[in-house]
Amino acid sequence: MNLTNDDVQEILRLLDASTFDELQLSTDRFKLTLRRSSAGGWTQETETAAASRTQPGGAANGAATLAPQAAAAASAAAASPAAPGAAAASTVEGIVDIHPPIIGTFYRAPKPGAAPFVEVGSVVEKDTIIGIVETMKLMNSVHAGAAGVVAEICAANGQLVEQHHVLMRLRKP
Amino acid sequence: MIIRRLLIANRGEIAVRILRTCQRLGVETVLTASEADLGSVPTRLADRTICIGAAPSSASYLDAEAVVSAAIESRSQAIHPGYGFLSENAVLARRCREAGIVFVGPTEEQLAAVGDKLEARRHAIASGLPVVPGGPVSSAAEARVRAQETGWPLLIKAVGGGGGRGMKQVHDPAKLAEALELAMAEANTAFGDARVYVERYVAAGRHVEVQVLGDGKDVIHLGTRDCSIQRRYQKLIEEAPAPHLEPGLRARMHAAAVAFGRHLGYRGAGTVEFLVDTQREEFYFLEMNARIQVEHPVTEAITGVDLIAEQIAIAEGRPLRLAQDRVTFTGHAIECRINAEDVSKDFRPSPGTVTSAVFPAGPGVRVDTHIEAGSRVPPFYDSLLAKIISSGADRAEALAVLRSALENCRIEGVATNVSMHADIVADPAFRRGGVDTAFFTGRS
Repeated sequence: MNLTNDDVQEILRLLDASTFDELQLSTDRFKLTLRRSSAGGWTQETETAAASRTQPGGAANGAATLAPQAAAAASAAAASPAAPGAAAASTVEGIVDIHPPIIGTFYRAPKPGAAPFVEVGSVVEKDTIIGIVETMKLMNSVHAGAAGVVAEICAANGQLVEQHHVLMRLRKP
Repeated sequence: MIIRRLLIANRGEIAVRILRTCQRLGVETVLTASEADLGSVPTRLADRTICIGAAPSSASYLDAEAVVSAAIESRSQAIHPGYGFLSENAVLARRCREAGIVFVGPTEEQLAAVGDKLEARRHAIASGLPVVPGGPVSSAAEARVRAQETGWPLLIKAVGGGGGRGMKQVHDPAKLAEALELAMAEANTAFGDARVYVERYVAAGRHVEVQVLGDGKDVIHLGTRDCSIQRRYQKLIEEAPAPHLEPGLRARMHAAAVAFGRHLGYRGAGTVEFLVDTQREEFYFLEMNARIQVEHPVTEAITGVDLIAEQIAIAEGRPLRLAQDRVTFTGHAIECRINAEDVSKDFRPSPGTVTSAVFPAGPGVRVDTHIEAGSRVPPFYDSLLAKIISSGADRAEALAVLRSALENCRIEGVATNVSMHADIVADPAFRRGGVDTAFFTGRS
């Protein structure tokens, strides 16, 4: 069963005239909670159960139908890849780690096919752009953050990186 | 034909929106999802989900071959592309035709005609629509000649696409050559097409668009929407009808949109975008979007028409089910786009996991969303979390409903722009209505 917005409006009309402040409707597929808001009006919260009608099917061209459990696992894997960029923080004297400013996809060059911003051995200043992180269709420049020489490149081009990951290491002058 | 099984080649709130109409119509649904979206609310609502590739859009949602393969494999009769991604992609439309699958959208020729902005401009002129003075340029010398028609300042725009990319304002003739070079480089990177054109820069302009429906022969309009509240060319708030338009001007815009659609023999739902010069009380054709728009619910709210259902009916080959004189406009509707972005940090995107999602409900409130507690907001796609649509008997009532609805919207786990919407809705100029596209820049 799926409720339309019109159904919800109908329920609220009844509820509004009642003395109740909360209504919970649940089926095996769906849960809806309606609450009277202290700010006036009503709020809604939903909980949708994982699909029970997912069918196994012949896969074509690498396409596959996934059961919800597998889906959740694959999704978790996609969100947190075990990656070279996940290198542990450096504790070596004179070495500075460069972290991404935000979670996203790391690019080493300004556009596909172009030369990378920096290579191992490149001399950088605090403001030198060493890469780009794309998050939600926005491009964010990554600055070196310190002056030095690029000692190691830890994250691969096109890799998903998180803020605790190390993109590159610098040797301070 | 009757479409009994439809493949939805999209994600997020629009996937849920299309699923809802399919459920109401009894159409079976197949959803394509990237690895990052497996387990999302749309995948839970669809009858079946097919994983078409890795998280980055280029490996999944933008892969026309993978989408068509999924449709063939699932024996879907039609593909609804939603908006963005492959929605205006002539290659997908062609591949559908070759595979005997219905593309829920216009013809390949129509996609090509409006996808190229210069081509669209030519069609607009041919159908008698006013266009902003300007034209194609390939060098600074040509641009200087054009500048005599456009006057200063002028606007450089990309032929290959929109969204502000490849777009440059030029106020100083001495900086023309430099700006042109930059715009062409940007256009080339964004669209693989370095061609640009110049237009007069209209300083005080409103963005007003007209919704149309066509069946390949007849075209009708479903009124105006005002989308002037934008930040960096991204729409934030839309409303229908566009407030405080002089009735004659509004009627001329309706007629122009229908004329453009008829000239193309347009099939499907589309939007003709105009720039309204508020000082001169004139309007100019900007472009046509050959798909469902993000802001379509405000039109649905004032007309009572389910635009997705009409798209499906047209795709089935039926003639328009609505005559123009049967389209009625009741009341006013306003939509706020709730995005995962941190307003306090210069609108920085805020991907993550939603821990709590409380949305408003009640008379005059509609929420289109794919988000509930536990939903993941991946960093790979756009930041739209939900659309809150309020409606009322008039604009004042829609504003009152919206104000209270925003107070009842509490999303935790990711940063959102809800507070920014509350500020705009409280702004006296916005409350008066009819502000131009400089509104957002002007107040921040």
